[in-house]
Amino acid sequence: MSILINKDTRLLVQGITGNEGLFHTQQMIAYGTNVVAGVTPGKGGEWAINDKVPVFDSVRMAVHATEANTSVIFVPARFAPDAIFEAADAGIPLIVCITEGIPVQDMMKVREYLDQKQVRLLGPNCPGLLSPGESKVGIIPGDIAIQGNVGVISRSGTLTYEVLFALKLVGLGTSTCVGIGGDPINGTNFIDCLDMFEADPQTEKIVLIGEIGGTDEEKAAKFIASRLTKPVVSFIAGQSAPPGKRMGHAGAIIEGGSGSAVDKIKALEEVGVKVAKHPEEIPLLLK
Amino acid sequence: MKLHEYQSKIIFSKYGIPIPKGSIVSTATDARQVAEELGGFVVVKSQVLVGGRGKAGGIRLAKSPKEAEEITAQILGMTIKGLPVRKVLIDEAANIENEIYLGITNDRSARRPVLMASSSGGVDIEEVARISPEKIVKVYIDPLLGLKDFQSRDIAAGIDLPREYWKEFARICTGLWKAYLACDATLAEINPLVVTKDKQLLAVDGKMLIDDNALFRQPAISEMRDIDEEAASETEARKFGLSFIKLDGQIGCMVNGAGLAMTTMDIVKLFDGEPANFLDIGGGANSDKVSAALRIILSDINVKVVLINIFGGITRCDEVAKGILSAIEEVKPKIPMVVRLVGTNYEEGNRLLANANLITASTLVEAAKKSVDASKGILEIQQ
Repeated sequence: MSILINKDTRLLVQGITGNEGLFHTQQMIAYGTNVVAGVTPGKGGEWAINDKVPVFDSVRMAVHATEANTSVIFVPARFAPDAIFEAADAGIPLIVCITEGIPVQDMMKVREYLDQKQVRLLGPNCPGLLSPGESKVGIIPGDIAIQGNVGVISRSGTLTYEVLFALKLVGLGTSTCVGIGGDPINGTNFIDCLDMFEADPQTEKIVLIGEIGGTDEEKAAKFIASRLTKPVVSFIAGQSAPPGKRMGHAGAIIEGGSGSAVDKIKALEEVGVKVAKHPEEIPLLLK
Repeated sequence: MKLHEYQSKIIFSKYGIPIPKGSIVSTATDARQVAEELGGFVVVKSQVLVGGRGKAGGIRLAKSPKEAEEITAQILGMTIKGLPVRKVLIDEAANIENEIYLGITNDRSARRPVLMASSSGGVDIEEVARISPEKIVKVYIDPLLGLKDFQSRDIAAGIDLPREYWKEFARICTGLWKAYLACDATLAEINPLVVTKDKQLLAVDGKMLIDDNALFRQPAISEMRDIDEEAASETEARKFGLSFIKLDGQIGCMVNGAGLAMTTMDIVKLFDGEPANFLDIGGGANSDKVSAALRIILSDINVKVVLINIFGGITRCDEVAKGILSAIEEVKPKIPMVVRLVGTNYEEGNRLLANANLITASTLVEAAKKSVDASKGILEIQQ
């Protein structure tokens, strides 16, 4: 078992003929993900990845022909909101948006629309999902994690790789790694993932990787206190970040006196979460 | 991206929000002339992209053109929170009866824009939020519907604005909403919106923050960027698509990915070092971009050590290594550099760097410790 994706995932890739779309589709297929279709408007009828994956003009056509149940989006920022609307409109229940740099006003409209549709969005500006041994949707390198009982949730990309790798080095495996993304408005938050990991029988322990900006970690702490039985270990990035500066991720900014690492660490420690001083300490705290 | 007060007010006025008559000047003589045209009673306002200008003495009233000239001369010589004042706005002074706060910003938790107002205008709104949050009235705006007039009336009633002003107030709220939308703002704020003694509403101050992610569709706003207000290295970094923030420490950091870049800085600090910058080279950076990044770090004279931490995924370590070599070739740095490469093509990357006289590390903690030691002169480069 795992959460969100598994061996039954039938993946559709939006933007499959672009550079990133092509490269990562190859990587996902090599990992064993069942990629059933691609979508690039204007290229319907072509085949991608050595004639392995049929390309369609629209998500609706692709779903009709292939019964895809998950979509991953590699479309440039200016077209990505339209791609998300299209996937939601075609009834895809899980949409993973890798694209970075979508304007926040666009994301507010996307989120408002999706909430009416009962569709789950992961991201944007996220590395996607990895359920070792089952499926990979997104860009997380497959070889840095092994199958196991630790559920990982993160707002970051390469920092998450660092953590997965540190777990692997000591023989700890991952059930599913979920990258929720570094934007201020996203589709899936910590609480959604904590809830799913709590319900997942394979997951026994959880790692939550947060960073400065917003109050999602504080909300997660409250949720952990009220609902979680499984142990949670955390790391919060940005302890040395100055206020008022956007630290790369659109969402990583301390503003209006809220969003600092100190507040987040305090909130988590108060509910019994062990917070690591650096990523290499996480495996020790899990033992 | 931040806009200056005068830039924000010009935008507001395009959307029908009344602003005082005024002009932007950069000399005291010009200030005198503008003050004469405005009738002598003016306010001289420094234009720097930081808050607290008033407290720092950067906003002052002048009762005559001569006084406007003198005050401008003083303010133009000032430095406010590290930023030298290069321009001042000369505005006709308003006869203020009352001051209101009015702003639209993105509420992350509600995932919607929020229109906020307070009858305690003219002061720091975050201060009001902390001390007396009940004085701030809010309505959330449906992003698919937009701001509705009834919401503006609710706000007007909530701050006890007399009914005679409601219509004009709603018009100003709509203008502010349109400006916020049209400019892809993350904040559009009038503080204060004043009620004048002759019963007019007037936006005497303005502030806008623009979503950096939306600048691709905001060419006119992109051109308003004031590069005098940022470090030259930040301007240079933007040219190469690098996410860079200059800090005051001695350890220059080059990392791929924002979360890992922050973490690298945190660990440097954990071991008693001070990071000189935040730098994310992004995903899949080629050698040219890496080389530019390293040159920017090395151009900071405070940098005593460079720490390079790369976890290859889309980014290939061999490509990073090529970029490092090209920057070293060009700049010939005399300072120690610590390199840690993990992930995609790291063997090839390390092979390329084998003769470059660099300090290597296999873990993040080891790399950070070695960097801090090197910055204190404890660790020398092995010759």
